[in-house]
Amino acid sequence: MNALINWLDNRTGLKKLMHEALYENIPGGARWRYVWGSTLMFTFTIQVITGLFLWTAYSPSTTTAWESVYYIQHHMQYGWLVRGLHHFSASAMTVLLALHLMQVVIDGAYKAPREINFWLGLILMQIVLGLSLTGYLLPWDQKGYYATQVSTEIMGATPVVGPQLQQLAQGGPQYGHHTLTRFFAMHAGVLPGTLIAFIVLHIAVFRRHGITVPDPDRAPATTFWPDQVLKDGIACLAVLGTVLTLTIWHHGAELAAPADPSEAYSAARPEWYFLFLFQFLRFEWVEHQGLAFGAIYLPGALMAILAAMPIIGRWKVGHAFNVVFLFVMMVGIIGLTGLALKNDAADPDFTAAVRQAHDDSVRIEELAERPEGIPLEGAVSLLRADPKAQGPRLFARNCAPCHRYDGHDGTGRKVTRKDAIVAEVLEKQADGTKKKVKKIVGYKPPVEELATASDLGKFGSPDWIKAVITDFKKTFAALENVKDKDDKSKIAESSKHFLEGEMAGWSSSHANHWRADAKNEHALDDLVAFLYSQGQRRGAPGVSDEAPKRGRQIFETGILPVGKFESNCIDCHSLQPIGEDKLLGEVGAGPTLTSYGGDRWLREFLSNPGHEKFYGSNNTMPAFGERLTEKELDLLVRWMVGDYE
Amino acid sequence: MSQPHLDLHESPSSEPRRGFMTHILAAGIGLLVGAIPACAGLAFFLDPLMRKKKGASGDGFIKMPVALEALEIGGEPQLVKIIMDKVDAWNTYLKQPVGAVYLRRTDKDKVAAFNSRCPHLGCAVDYKPAEKHYFCPCHTSTFDVDGVLQNDIPPRGLDTLDVQIRNGSEVWLKFQNFRATTPEKIPVG
Repeated sequence: MNALINWLDNRTGLKKLMHEALYENIPGGARWRYVWGSTLMFTFTIQVITGLFLWTAYSPSTTTAWESVYYIQHHMQYGWLVRGLHHFSASAMTVLLALHLMQVVIDGAYKAPREINFWLGLILMQIVLGLSLTGYLLPWDQKGYYATQVSTEIMGATPVVGPQLQQLAQGGPQYGHHTLTRFFAMHAGVLPGTLIAFIVLHIAVFRRHGITVPDPDRAPATTFWPDQVLKDGIACLAVLGTVLTLTIWHHGAELAAPADPSEAYSAARPEWYFLFLFQFLRFEWVEHQGLAFGAIYLPGALMAILAAMPIIGRWKVGHAFNVVFLFVMMVGIIGLTGLALKNDAADPDFTAAVRQAHDDSVRIEELAERPEGIPLEGAVSLLRADPKAQGPRLFARNCAPCHRYDGHDGTGRKVTRKDAIVAEVLEKQADGTKKKVKKIVGYKPPVEELATASDLGKFGSPDWIKAVITDFKKTFAALENVKDKDDKSKIAESSKHFLEGEMAGWSSSHANHWRADAKNEHALDDLVAFLYSQGQRRGAPGVSDEAPKRGRQIFETGILPVGKFESNCIDCHSLQPIGEDKLLGEVGAGPTLTSYGGDRWLREFLSNPGHEKFYGSNNTMPAFGERLTEKELDLLVRWMVGDYE
Repeated sequence: MSQPHLDLHESPSSEPRRGFMTHILAAGIGLLVGAIPACAGLAFFLDPLMRKKKGASGDGFIKMPVALEALEIGGEPQLVKIIMDKVDAWNTYLKQPVGAVYLRRTDKDKVAAFNSRCPHLGCAVDYKPAEKHYFCPCHTSTFDVDGVLQNDIPPRGLDTLDVQIRNGSEVWLKFQNFRATTPEKIPVG
């Protein structure tokens, strides 16, 4: 063994190298406060290892990036673990960077002759932040896509060369394949390569000047190996433990729904360690100075002060200034991050957007797991063609201004109104003079906006049909919120047509019929079953089942086990039973009930509710056949009737 | 391979004049062999800046799926997705949603159209019917129903797009994206 080592040493100088690496002198003994640099090296090593393995499975293009990450996350052996380690180590690295910087500044390790090494460290910090910025986009999910777009727009605001820089980063005027190939080349090639080069310099210069020891007489001097290495090792173990715990706890890193440039994403936020910058850009006084000020000059100025610390440190109270400055900066960053989190938690729109984003990510998993798998056009095409994903959005956009869906707008958001507080403020004009202008200075707390049409959460279900028959007024009570144009204390005429119309009258005058006898209650269920079966929804009874058959008798004749309708359903409604040519009743008086609540009825109704076979001249609802594309109408209808898996 | 006629292994003890030449040549060739691939790579990397825009066919107007009558005069803005063919490097995607616009009929034969991209940093704005405002969920930019900015977050109002009414009831629109962050409206791409 010894002979072999000597042979190697003779040819490579191995022993001297090892000695230099391991037996660095540490005056004052090994200490915990020196571990930060080593833990950073360790997390970087995790990133290199996990990153290289992820590389073997990642495919950068707009139709394969999300898909390959999805495959890594859900199908590859321990893919979630490798990806999770990579994700959480990136966060750990940022925290450790901050700690390392703080330790260096507090101990004064930036002072002569170590200035250059301090600057090398600041460059390393920029590279690490660049790595996390480029890495955030690579999964090509909604979260990364929209957050990174903000970053590249900021890049575009750089004075003079901004637009060119932005185009080069994006690989074109818009995001596309080349945005991914370029970000990936940066993330996996250029930045780590540069990082390694700078780490070599950083460590070489560090070894040249040795460790900065605040009190060398604290304990007897020791060497790096094994005393400090042991402490470093324990610290690395703690870091790894934390990262592993987070990874297992979250079962890897989150993967949001695939990026869709046409689908607004209201939950877009940068990675948590950039939240302070994000929050900063939400202050109007920052924007008054121009975007470049908030996003480029000010962070640049902070970095410049950091870089100037070795020079400031020469001044008598320079070191104290540096420590206080860093402390204030950290408090500011933590404060802004906290403020951003607090604002978001208190914002119902944001929490709803996060919930919807989560629902989408769950749904796309269901869709991708089907036997057909993910098509060549990419996973986003699955989500775009999915009634369950698109229906709520279409409802929120088109129906929720008047209707509700189980009390919300379809997507789970309450429909609220935040009234603006407008005040006159003095504002400086372009010519330097001041002028009074009306401006929004804030918002009142949100109040729930009243619905002006029925809640459609149960539309077409047996419960709905039953409610329309037995308590029509209550089902459509929201119409009372439509007020007369001239006299706001009165209900609008258009609503009265419904609330005081024939069906409302029929419903209330027959309310006692159902309660008259237990048999009548069953008869009501039969009638409901008949109408429900005609809609031919999934799970509805067949039209020739017993209950619908009995219900049809009641629909046609009005004869109940006990008593009889005063006027029959077919006196006002028409209905062409499924599979038959004959029309029951006549088209005209009341809405047709042919396949009521089913796909066909709803499609025709939404297209033109003012048609004579529906509401005719009583109609106040817009015709959505003119507003929605055929595809949108299809998705909305299929969602509302539950025609999806 | 043909080599320049040079003998770099010549002993240092030869005449000093040749030694000087050797320095110059060595450094020069070293730079050259590095610079040629580097320049080729850099030129390749700058491709997006040099790429000429292909002339679009027609006048750039596309027909909206919404008919004029479907828009109420002075009513709520309607969000309409823009479906266009999209070229992304080596792929051409037919009929893809590439963005969204808000359409609002302001008069009998007038429709105002806004790109839904926020001019602040490019997020998509939401129209809030209850508040009669466009609102950006990213950095809280707010615009009134006419797209005029209501706070000082965004650098300009919402970007208006050119609209034409054709054949009485068809709404045609020229879809464009504009650079975010600038007070002026500068088209992208």
